Amino acid sequence: MCGIVGLFLKDKSLEPKLGALLSEMLVSLTDRGPDSAGIAIYDSGAAGHGKITIQSSTPKADFEGLEVELSKKIGAKVSSIVKSTHAVLDVPADKLEEARAAIAELRPNVRLMGVGEAIEIYKEVGLPADVVKRFDLARMGGSHGIGHTRMATESAVTTLGAHPFSTGPDQCLVHNGSLSNHNNLRRELIRDGMRFETENDTEVAAAYLSSKIAHGQNLGEALQSSLDDLDGFFTFVVGTKNGFGVVRDPIACKPAVMAETDQYVAFGSEYRALANLPGIEEARVWEPEPSTVYFWEH
Amino acid sequence: MNISNVATAPSREVSFARRVFDLGKNSLRELNQALHNLAPGSNETAWEVLNPKGSHSVAVGVDQPVSIDVRGSVGYYCAGMNDGGTITVHGSAGPGVGENMMSGQIVVKGDASQYAGATGRGGLLVIEGNASSRCGISMKGIDIVVRGNIGHMSAFMAQSGNLVVLGDAGDALGDSIYEAGLFVRGKVKSLGADCIKKEMRPEHIALLQDLLDRAGIKDAKPEEFSRYGSARTLYNFNIDNADAY
Repeated sequence: MCGIVGLFLKDKSLEPKLGALLSEMLVSLTDRGPDSAGIAIYDSGAAGHGKITIQSSTPKADFEGLEVELSKKIGAKVSSIVKSTHAVLDVPADKLEEARAAIAELRPNVRLMGVGEAIEIYKEVGLPADVVKRFDLARMGGSHGIGHTRMATESAVTTLGAHPFSTGPDQCLVHNGSLSNHNNLRRELIRDGMRFETENDTEVAAAYLSSKIAHGQNLGEALQSSLDDLDGFFTFVVGTKNGFGVVRDPIACKPAVMAETDQYVAFGSEYRALANLPGIEEARVWEPEPSTVYFWEH
Repeated sequence: MNISNVATAPSREVSFARRVFDLGKNSLRELNQALHNLAPGSNETAWEVLNPKGSHSVAVGVDQPVSIDVRGSVGYYCAGMNDGGTITVHGSAGPGVGENMMSGQIVVKGDASQYAGATGRGGLLVIEGNASSRCGISMKGIDIVVRGNIGHMSAFMAQSGNLVVLGDAGDALGDSIYEAGLFVRGKVKSLGADCIKKEMRPEHIALLQDLLDRAGIKDAKPEEFSRYGSARTLYNFNIDNADAY
């Protein structure tokens, strides 16, 4: 099954509550996917700053002293915030690629969750309520975010197998469904220079979109292309630095419901996830059409 | 006259009181169990469900002629298997509303998600908003009236009953249909395999008028609809060959 949620805020006054609202949405869909959970949250920090979210199964050993070593290596100031198994490193935006390569060298066991100017990603194996608590997500603010609670079908139950998948700067994707041509697509994308960390079908979808964007399409066009090239069942919810998109396959048997008010656009696999949002009684609520790209930007 | 009988007669105010279940306070199991506990002839005929907030399986398996008002939107399988109840959702319904209904009536004031009325064997399902894909899939005797539009693959493999749509129908209407009657007032995006447009004869006008009346629809005339049904070219079963099966 899997449960996916997304919330794109139009009203800035709701921004401090983003983490709390998304967490509640995610936990309400626990029985759609109790094996792992994850959230990508977008909060643009100060101009010129970039963020790298990393994960380690031995955080104490890996995160200790990393700020200093990384700072020396890239010749710029680095700070970090550690939350359980994850750490978010703050590096100058123009040093993101350099810092990413340096981390791989300095801490080869560390896993990269996401890179960008606004994105932070937290994901782990376990019940959504536990994952949300572990990273204190309810206290996070931001402009938009997406979340996923997973029932694994196509690959192992591991931290890396959890969603969201991020394969490009500030891009991420969550998926309900399964793809049937992911192995072939993965080979093509590898030839095109994309890197993969898992055998997961969703990572292929994320990389597919990143590849299309790298080749000059905007996200709307990339999502449109995915309808031709991806085979299988999917409802995708994607995030970019300032955007939020939704697309369903032509069969559209995976559930989806959306709501829009003056304050926000929200997505849930089920209405339950939206039921406690402010002003939901007056919201326009609808089921996204198959093969139709929906997209909002700040 | 036996005065004491009057004095000890059951308190009618209590017996006929509307039973209210607040799903913010009571569990779904308590609600459905209370509905299943109803004995034939019970006086508890009026029920109200508050705060459903998208809960699954609200009022599933009702088998008494009770009236249930659900105040808000529900999740999957609301009023599934209904046998004789009158269930009104004052909100929208998730996937599978009224699945396998046997008899009675279900009204959804808002929209309905996928496969509304799937495999229904009887009764009337009225959706006042739009219905999504696969509305009436494999319907087996249910009547479904949708005031708005319906999504793709509706009435797929429909076997019996009627689907009435005041708005438009999506792709592949009536794909692999057997014998149900489909009536659409608006546009049909495309017809599925073996589904064809058919003539509206007087008996169809009468049938449709009755369905519209029962659904409480006064602003649509049967003559405005087109009828669709099976071309019967996919039939492999021939009664003369029954011995061979």
